[in-house]
Parts: sequence; structure tokens; C-alpha cells
Amino acid sequence: MYGNETKTIIRFENVSKFFGDFQVLRNIDFEIRIQERIVVCGPSGSGKSTLIRCINGLENHQHGNLVVDGVTLDGSSQTVNRIRGKIGMVFQGFNLFPHLTVIQNLTLGPMRARKMKAKEALELGMHYLERVHIPEQASKYPRELSGGQQQRVAIARSLCMEPKIMLFDEPTSALDAEMINEVLEVMVELAQSGMTMVCVTHEMGFAREVADRIAFMDAGEIVECSPPNKFFTAPDSERCQQFLDKILHHEDD
Amino acid sequence: MRIATLLLAALLLLPGCSSGQWGWYVVNPATASGMTNLKFLLGGVYYTVLLTLTGILISVVVGLLVALPGLSKIRPLRVASRGYVEAVRAVPILVLILWVYYGLPQLTGFAISVFWAGVIALALSDSAFEAEIFRAGIQSIGKGQYEAAHTISLGYGATMRYVILPQAIRRILPALGNQLVYMLKMSSLVSVIGMQELTRKANELVVVEYRPLEIYTVLVLEYLVLILVVSAGVRWLERRMRADERG
Ligand SMILES: Nc1ncnc2c1ncn2[C@@H]1O[C@H](COP(=O)(O)OP(=O)(O)OP(=O)(O)O)[C@@H](O)[C@H]1O
Ligand SMILES: [Mg+2]
Repeated sequence: MYGNETKTIIRFENVSKFFGDFQVLRNIDFEIRIQERIVVCGPSGSGKSTLIRCINGLENHQHGNLVVDGVTLDGSSQTVNRIRGKIGMVFQGFNLFPHLTVIQNLTLGPMRARKMKAKEALELGMHYLERVHIPEQASKYPRELSGGQQQRVAIARSLCMEPKIMLFDEPTSALDAEMINEVLEVMVELAQSGMTMVCVTHEMGFAREVADRIAFMDAGEIVECSPPNKFFTAPDSERCQQFLDKILHHEDD
Repeated sequence: MRIATLLLAALLLLPGCSSGQWGWYVVNPATASGMTNLKFLLGGVYYTVLLTLTGILISVVVGLLVALPGLSKIRPLRVASRGYVEAVRAVPILVLILWVYYGLPQLTGFAISVFWAGVIALALSDSAFEAEIFRAGIQSIGKGQYEAAHTISLGYGATMRYVILPQAIRRILPALGNQLVYMLKMSSLVSVIGMQELTRKANELVVVEYRPLEIYTVLVLEYLVLILVVSAGVRWLERRMRADERG
């Protein structure tokens, strides 16, 4: 199994998506290889969330091909069911299950979807809770945790499915400044462990540190996609440069 | 319980300021015949409680089974659910009781016991309301919960059972409690087909003793006590579930 072809894990081929008459994604051509760390940024409403939500079947595209881990997504529940367990996702608003304790949040998927025994699932859950540095919170309920802790639980919940790909949709945007770093730290560790990651984020420090490539989206298109060095110093597109000026300037404030 | 005592006290004081004559002897536990009558009246508690609990159990299950297709993306399922709710809600409970007990056997060829006729009529009638309550409860859960369930590979059944319904039920618990109280009161209508529950017992005793005021007052108190017990139970459950989430 050699060659680039086998290493590609996500492939967008001329993918378009509409919400009614409104085109959210325009002819997206994009390949992501195994173990690649992609950061996606761009202005609000540019289609970043929609792009990554297509990867795990939370949204369906209408035109073009989207192949994820060898499965061509055609909008049917069969194809989505084959891949969604392999793709973890972390949301801006955490989306933890409020009626379950932290450890129950983590073991639900392993027990009910992966059919693991309770004891095994518990061990797995504790393992990942340690990886996000909060094993002592196992028996608390989500509402008893800080935002940063909740987001780390959400990351651990995804990891408990032992996914091949992790998607992040602005995981730190809902957090107070002092909690952003504890979440980014966990994400950096995850990146270093070789996880394939697609992160929508405007944390440019994080992007610089871990991204293999940074994609800039605008109006439903991937306008620019290059390694951090090039992205920050010499982006090809005017729109990308303007966007960078805006957010990097903002970061300096 | 305090309310019940107050009300009882008020009723006992009433004779002083009215021209009516109270004849509490008829249910006076100190006398042998009063005791017998009281026991006879209280004998209805069993069937009232049994009717109510069986009825609510069935109606909650039916209500949920009607609510779920009502939330489906598939239009015919939604229409069927809507149609059921509208149709069942339009029939008065008393009419439904009579229809099930006297009408249904003609249709099916099988006689039906008074108890099951009552349970079926009460449950059917209530299920339309339960369906509406479940629908509202399930709709109140944000789509983020479904998306999180999607990403951990839960199917529809598991998502409902472990993620959506536990949260929805916590939210609709007060409404479900109301339905239980309502069911308890409506069970009195089953007396018309001869069910030996509280109201029927009271009616029968009135015919013999001809003391409607005292006997029906006892009946009122019987329902009041049962309903206060139910309310306390529901509140306890609510508190427990809330405590649950705090750990
Ligand atoms: N379910 C939907 N129905 C209709 N329009 C939608 C829907 N979801 C998103 N959109 C629209 O599609 C566009 C892209 O949305 P998307 O959420 O992908 O943008 P985004 O880049 O993630 O923005 P943000 O930075 O605000 O999260 C927006 O204009 C949005 O209003
Ligand atoms: Mg978004």
C-alpha cells in the first residue's frame, strides 16, 4: 500500500451544497491525507461549519463526490453509518449530555454503539479522561464543570469512539479567555499523537503551531490552502491577506 | 395533608351556619353500621387506583408511540399522528367509555370486562394528550444533542432512549403529573358501566342509606387525599431527578 492515493482519507471532488437557493459550498476540491492537521478559517457565514459537517454526514452535499475513509457519501443513512463512528466531532457549544455524569457521557457511545461491556467502557473512559487531564471530574455532571473542562470532556467523549478523524468546529469560541489554553493544549497533544484533524478555528497561534495546512474559506470556496509559513507570510489571494490583517491585528489588541 | 384537614374541619363546621341537617352517623366509624359503610366506601380505592395506574401506563406508552411518528421527517407519519390526536381528543371520555363497553363487543364479537373497557377508554382518551406533551418535550431538546448522539454513532432508538427521552421526561414531569391527576378524576366516569370504584360505591351506598350529602362528602375527601398523595409523589420524583443531575 504505497502512494499518495491510499494515504488520502478525505476527498472532496467538486462538491457543492445548497440551502434552498443559497449556495453554501462552491465546487470544493480538497484532499486531506491521513495524519494531516488542517485548520480552516474564514469570515462568518463562509461555509466552514458546513464543510466539516459534510464530512461526518451531519449535512449532505448535492453535487460532486465526497469520499471519507474509502466510503463515497451519497446522502443515504447506510453510507453515513459506515463512517460516522470513525469521525469524532467537537462542537462550539460542547453538546454534552446534561443528564449524564462525565463518565456516563464518555461510556455511552462505547457501550451502546460499540457494544462494549460496562467495565471495559469504564476503563476506556477513564483512560481518555486522563488524557484530557480531568480524571477527578468523572462522577460530576457537566453543569458542575467550567467551560474549558466541559470542552475537554467533549473531546474525550469523541476519543472514546477511537476515531480516525477528529473534527473541531470553533472549539474555543464559547470559552472565556483563561480557559482557551487548557483546551488548545489538549488539541496540540492530540495533534502530536498523529490524529487526523480538521479544525475550524481562528486561534492563529494554534494554527501556526500544529497545522500542516491552513485553508481559508470565503463565500463557500476554499480560496487559499497552504502551509502556515506561506499562509501567514505570502498568501496568494487578496481576500486572505485582508482577513489575516483583520484577525492578526485584532489579536494584538 | 394540611389542606385536607382544613377542608374537613370547614365541612364539619358548616352545619352550624346552614339549615341543612348533617347525619354523620352514616359513616361514623364508632358505630358498627357506620364502620361497615365506611369500609364499603373505601373498598372502591382499590379499583380507582388500579384503573388510574393501568390507564396512565398504557396511555403514556401509546402517547409516546403516537408522538414519535409525529416528529418524523416522513409526512404521512406526521399526518397519521396528527389525525389520531385530533380524532381521539374530540371524543368525550364518557362517550368513549360507553362506546368501548357497549359498542366495541358488537364490532369484535368479544365481550369486554368492565375493568378493561374502562382502562381502554381512559387510556385512549388520555393518550392524545400524552402524545402532545411528549411532542412538546421532545421538541424542546436542542439539535446539538442529536448531533452529539450522531457523532458517537447512536442509532435512532438509542438516541431516543439514552439521550433525548431522559431529558424530555424530566422537563414534562409536571405535565405528566397533571395527566395522572386528571386520569384519577376521570376514572370516576367508569362508574356508569358498573365498575366498583370509589364513585360507584358511593352511589350504591346513597341508594341504600339516602344520605347523599355525607356520603358524597366522604367521596370528595377520598379523591382529595388520593390526589394529594399523587401530587406529593410527583414532586418527590421531580426533586429526586433534579438531585440526580447535581450528583
Ligand atoms: N440549516 C441551514 N439552513 C439555511 N442556511 C444555512 C443553514 N446552515 C447554515 N446556513 C447558511 O449557510 C452559510 C454558511 O454557514 P456556516 O455555518 O457553514 O458558516 P460558518 O463559516 O461556519 O460561519 P460561522 O463562522 O458564523 O460559524 C451561512 O450564510 C448560513 O446562514
Ligand atoms: Mg460555523
